[in-house]
Amino acid sequence: MDLNLNPKELAFRDEVRGWLNANTPRDWAARRNAEESLSARFAYLRQWQRKLFDAGWAGISWPVEYGGRGASIIEQMIFIEEMARAQAPPMANVIGLGLVGPTIIAFGTERQKKSYLEKILSAEEIWCQGFSEPNAGSDLASLSTEARLDGDHFVVNGHKCWTSYGWAADRCELLVRTDPAAPKHKGLTVLLVDMHSPGIEVRGLRQMSGECEFSEIFFRDARVPVENVLGEVNDGWRVAIGTLAHERGTFGAALQVTYRRNFNRLVEVAREMGRDGDPLVRQKLAQCYAEIEIMRFNQMRAFSRMNETGVPGPEGSIQKIFWSELNQRMQQVAMEILGPYGQLAQGAEDAIDGGQWAYGYLRSRGNTIEAGTSEIQRNIIGHFVLGLAKSY
Amino acid sequence: MQFGLSESQRILKDNARKFFATECPMSEVRRIAQTETAHDESLWRKMAAQGFQGVVIAEEAGGLGLGHVELAALAEEMGRALAPGGFLSTITAAAAIAAAGSGRYLSGIAAGTVRGTVAFLESTASWDPEDVKMSGLTGEKRFVADAATADFLLVAARDGGELALYLVQPDQLRITAMPAIDLTRRLYKVRFENARGDLLARGVAARQALERAFDVATVALCAEMTGGMQRMLDIAVEYAKTRKQFGKPIGQYQAVQHACADMLLWTESSRSAAYYAAWALDSGSPSEARTAVSIAKSYASDACREVGNRAVQIQGGMGFTWENDTHFYYRRAKASEIAFGDAAYHRERIARIVLNERRAGATVA
Repeated sequence: MDLNLNPKELAFRDEVRGWLNANTPRDWAARRNAEESLSARFAYLRQWQRKLFDAGWAGISWPVEYGGRGASIIEQMIFIEEMARAQAPPMANVIGLGLVGPTIIAFGTERQKKSYLEKILSAEEIWCQGFSEPNAGSDLASLSTEARLDGDHFVVNGHKCWTSYGWAADRCELLVRTDPAAPKHKGLTVLLVDMHSPGIEVRGLRQMSGECEFSEIFFRDARVPVENVLGEVNDGWRVAIGTLAHERGTFGAALQVTYRRNFNRLVEVAREMGRDGDPLVRQKLAQCYAEIEIMRFNQMRAFSRMNETGVPGPEGSIQKIFWSELNQRMQQVAMEILGPYGQLAQGAEDAIDGGQWAYGYLRSRGNTIEAGTSEIQRNIIGHFVLGLAKSY
Repeated sequence: MQFGLSESQRILKDNARKFFATECPMSEVRRIAQTETAHDESLWRKMAAQGFQGVVIAEEAGGLGLGHVELAALAEEMGRALAPGGFLSTITAAAAIAAAGSGRYLSGIAAGTVRGTVAFLESTASWDPEDVKMSGLTGEKRFVADAATADFLLVAARDGGELALYLVQPDQLRITAMPAIDLTRRLYKVRFENARGDLLARGVAARQALERAFDVATVALCAEMTGGMQRMLDIAVEYAKTRKQFGKPIGQYQAVQHACADMLLWTESSRSAAYYAAWALDSGSPSEARTAVSIAKSYASDACREVGNRAVQIQGGMGFTWENDTHFYYRRAKASEIAFGDAAYHRERIARIVLNERRAGATVA
């Protein structure tokens, strides 16, 4: 066990740190709190990602031939830590970088890797993930969006929902049913879909937090070329499980950037409000700090394991539960510290930090639902990690 | 960077597991727990033959000269086995002696011929060194672990206004049991009347030696708690797989399965925090080490209690019986939650570092 960086990792860290010191925009915090539309903020983050890509910081652990840096997953982790330290804005193409890209690297054809990966890194093409449906949430494999083969195209009909970044997406990793006669896990296929093709309609899905961060997508005879199948036809469940493992296992790593920034700001707010001497407030802030650190330690362990095995394991569900429930607890602590001010929304004259805490609190309710509910994560741990009989 | 045990650390841990499975199975734990002092001389000597008591003691003094990650790995296995007796007490005293720059008793400890303990808490039961009030070697110390089997006591007291550490022989002391819930690690009240002792350290040096010793002990305890949690989880999962109600193993019901999942989350997170802290003791800055220790203990204190609660609940009536092993672990978990400061104590320590010191000193992690 050695948590010190080796000389190569150390040189990498110094290089990242130097670059971020010189290039991190200073107006992000102000913009985040300003009343700016989701799409304006997204355009800003897209530009920032482009800048990172041009400097060679996107896709740290992705192969060089597809635009990545070809470095280790440990260096990927160091990069995340340095982004947090610099309080840098996150990258825009969250789904592409965290979920779709690694899945294409694992299952894609050479042509697919060549056409998609670099554009994910540069944020030239934004991706979304078309998995959930109105009647297929936790029981994802029961989905009914179907793709029928017609010559050298699949014809897609159906309805996807809870699609993050659907409104911004150029492409979609779409899970569809290609063999209705087969058992539910055996008749699925993953298609890489151009969201600008005819027969695709995206509608905003307004959340309790007030904005339309999610979308729903309607497919009406949308045509997808057969060469856009990711993996094999009717082997889509295996591909989807690969994506979900990344979603649970590594996706949360970037969140510590946000959590640490929120925590630091929360400490300042507590001080400004004269509450940092209150023993109860101190207890709760210390608990948040401890848990953010433990999330980081868990992540370091997971990355070290992945560095040897290459893939995230089912224990990623622990990470998913940890980050989602921690954020809910931390947002609640923020509300307690802010008192009556906590409820003030964006636009309220006296709102602290432009009402981001009220937004953050409401938004956090979605954390234990998106990317697999806490209940499903506990089922996965119970069955796949602890070996208890399947409950469903 | 590699967050995981190295080959040699893994071997040490596996060997410790095999050793305790053979030399200290649950039948032995039960037998030793029912003796007067929960100390077994034969087990103690066999442990010393393995080098366990001297794992972090320098090789010149007969120890293995290894680091705190190795200590944590060993402690985790001792926690899993619920090894009874004064191991933690002895290594705490040894850590204080080493931190004070002395070599006294260390070779005897490594050889398994000397046991020590730390007499610190007073009637106020405060873990803050500021609250040590006993003046000289007259007064009373409470909650002194394993005092009846210790060959020396490391005593925190005041010398004038200053904190001082003394090494005191037990033959001049009145030691009486404080019967408590953990049957495998016994507590005592120790009465001092003008006792004679050798001064080990005074003032800042005493404070630093004591803090270092408590940090080492706390890390070992957190690792031990992790081992205990793992064992309680294993017992509960095994039961949930075999016990049937309504025609199905109870582990198939989500209410039970999700409780097991939570136990795993707490156990793994405690493990990450304990090993991180162990590493920080050897390789981190003093502030980093102190913070990491308190993160580990605040988390493990809550986690071991909650894991214990579920282990009992999942086993239903059986989990509540004396014949079931769980209560021995549960008792240890409850005592460990309190030892060296509970969750609230360590959270306040984190708050002092994160909210006050780092702001003042601008050492931002």
